[in-house]
Amino acid sequence: MDTPTTCSNVGRQNPVESPVHIERRWPADGYTRIPYWVYTDAAVFQKEMDVFFAGNTWNYLGLDCEVPEVGCYKRNWIGTRPVIMVRTENGEIAVLENRCAHRGAQICWQNTGKVNDFTCPYHQWNYDLNGNLQGLPFKRGVMGKGGMPRDFDPKQHGIRKLRSVNRGGTIWATFSDEAPTFEEYCGPEVLAEIDQVFPGKKLTLLGYTRQLIPSNWKMYIENLKDPYHATLLHTFYITFGLWRADSKSENYPIPNSGHSVMISHNEGKKVTEATPEMQRFRTDLEMLDRETVTPKKEFNGGRVGGAWVFPAAAVGIQANTLKTRHVIPRSPTEHELVFTYYGYEDDDEDMTRRRLKQANLLGPAGFVSMDDSEMLTQCQIGATGYPHEAGIIEMGGRDTERTDYMVSEVLIRGFYRYYIEAMGF
Amino acid sequence: MSNEISPRELRAELRDLYEDYALCLDEDRLEQWPDFFVEDCHYRVLSRENHDAGLPIGLIYCMNKNMLKDRVTALRETTMSEPRSLRHFISGVSLRERKEDTLVSQANFAIMESLSDRDPMLNMVGRYLDTWRHTSDGWKLSSRDCVCDNYRVRTSLIVPV
Repeated sequence: MDTPTTCSNVGRQNPVESPVHIERRWPADGYTRIPYWVYTDAAVFQKEMDVFFAGNTWNYLGLDCEVPEVGCYKRNWIGTRPVIMVRTENGEIAVLENRCAHRGAQICWQNTGKVNDFTCPYHQWNYDLNGNLQGLPFKRGVMGKGGMPRDFDPKQHGIRKLRSVNRGGTIWATFSDEAPTFEEYCGPEVLAEIDQVFPGKKLTLLGYTRQLIPSNWKMYIENLKDPYHATLLHTFYITFGLWRADSKSENYPIPNSGHSVMISHNEGKKVTEATPEMQRFRTDLEMLDRETVTPKKEFNGGRVGGAWVFPAAAVGIQANTLKTRHVIPRSPTEHELVFTYYGYEDDDEDMTRRRLKQANLLGPAGFVSMDDSEMLTQCQIGATGYPHEAGIIEMGGRDTERTDYMVSEVLIRGFYRYYIEAMGF
Repeated sequence: MSNEISPRELRAELRDLYEDYALCLDEDRLEQWPDFFVEDCHYRVLSRENHDAGLPIGLIYCMNKNMLKDRVTALRETTMSEPRSLRHFISGVSLRERKEDTLVSQANFAIMESLSDRDPMLNMVGRYLDTWRHTSDGWKLSSRDCVCDNYRVRTSLIVPV
């Protein structure tokens, strides 16, 4: 991303006339501190929705295998804005606002489905799959009376279609006409991570898990940018060598963006000099079903991890489980977290079983991620009570340089370095 | 569904099995939870969204009894979670099909969750879709799909359904 987004250069769809004004001062220590009001302040939340989600960013919609045929649609949200992705007659996927041009009702009120066209349930305004208004009841009135004004032009009142892109089967969209191309937006490192797990092979949808976590959306982003906690909190990971402080790893905060890449290697169960400090390491713990914790080497000799695509999506692999993560902010103190699990069309039965089985590690009941949603709840309660205090982000130093070791908060610093500038603090 | 009307004793036995299962979880006797299943069992908690779309992913997906035991080990030994108490309310037990040593049944469940400093909340509501197998040790679950109506899980799903 070349220029940081601010309230003054966002597109016509944004409230440029009345940008959110925030009377807040970031702590003098800059991006090594996170003031707790960023997790509670309603004005901050609204500005994030405008500047990021509705601004010059590309946002995750879903996988093309979720809408396999013409007319198949899927509902989703970009920030707090409801949207739809739909397969159109030419085989491409269009992304539309899920909002009737007439009175604002959602034109889709099911998560997925298949239609010939869209009809708003309220006054039956009818749109084609590209969002063009095709007709509306009583346009010429009833018995010669009423109707829409003669100069009402249906072409001016379609559903807004967003710029969108299909990268290896992942669908992304932006509300902005000024945003750079998706490829420029991501940059080569993030793009390489997307391309690794979406190499253009046909995808098979395995399903979704969804959870509502009572914490600010950024807390989840930070959690995924925090390998420090993963090496301590998640005993399960540590014990079975799926993610350890002493594994070969890399943290790369992409400069001038909120993106990051985090890589580790599945190295199996082992004891090293770092083990005593991992207090939750359990040498005596064994799984009866070894396959749950024994991934088949799939990419570059057990390389796992992936990329955060700012603002709210992550792609990557954990064990043999392929998934996207999507964060939907619901309010300053709540976010929804959606995992979409998939495989490749050429997966054999053995690999499909591993992808499904190792998904037990992830999601709302995941051996390693149920700890996260539990802890984020605690962080929100603590932060809400002390909005004037701040978190300390100094593990691994005070800089934002990429690291070749795991125990570092550099990705969180990189994120807030970008955030402070983009939000104008 | 079979046309023959099942004996009253069998229905009573089935209801007892559901009550015993609920009590086992409510009393946090997790180590005994796998005993309700046969070795080659299938146990899965999945959303109605995935179930209706024929998507296989589970919130919890155990493909054999060892995986049930592993989940108990993980909950006891490795997981950090806020202390809570649960109450299972099971109703609408219905015998759908009866063969020689197999029963197909279903029941509704509602699970209330109470954390130590908050009001009880409806954590999950849904249906058990079950197949039981008669063994020398009585009826055991060979397959249980817990299909929850919840669109999304509240925070986390810690204890099995």
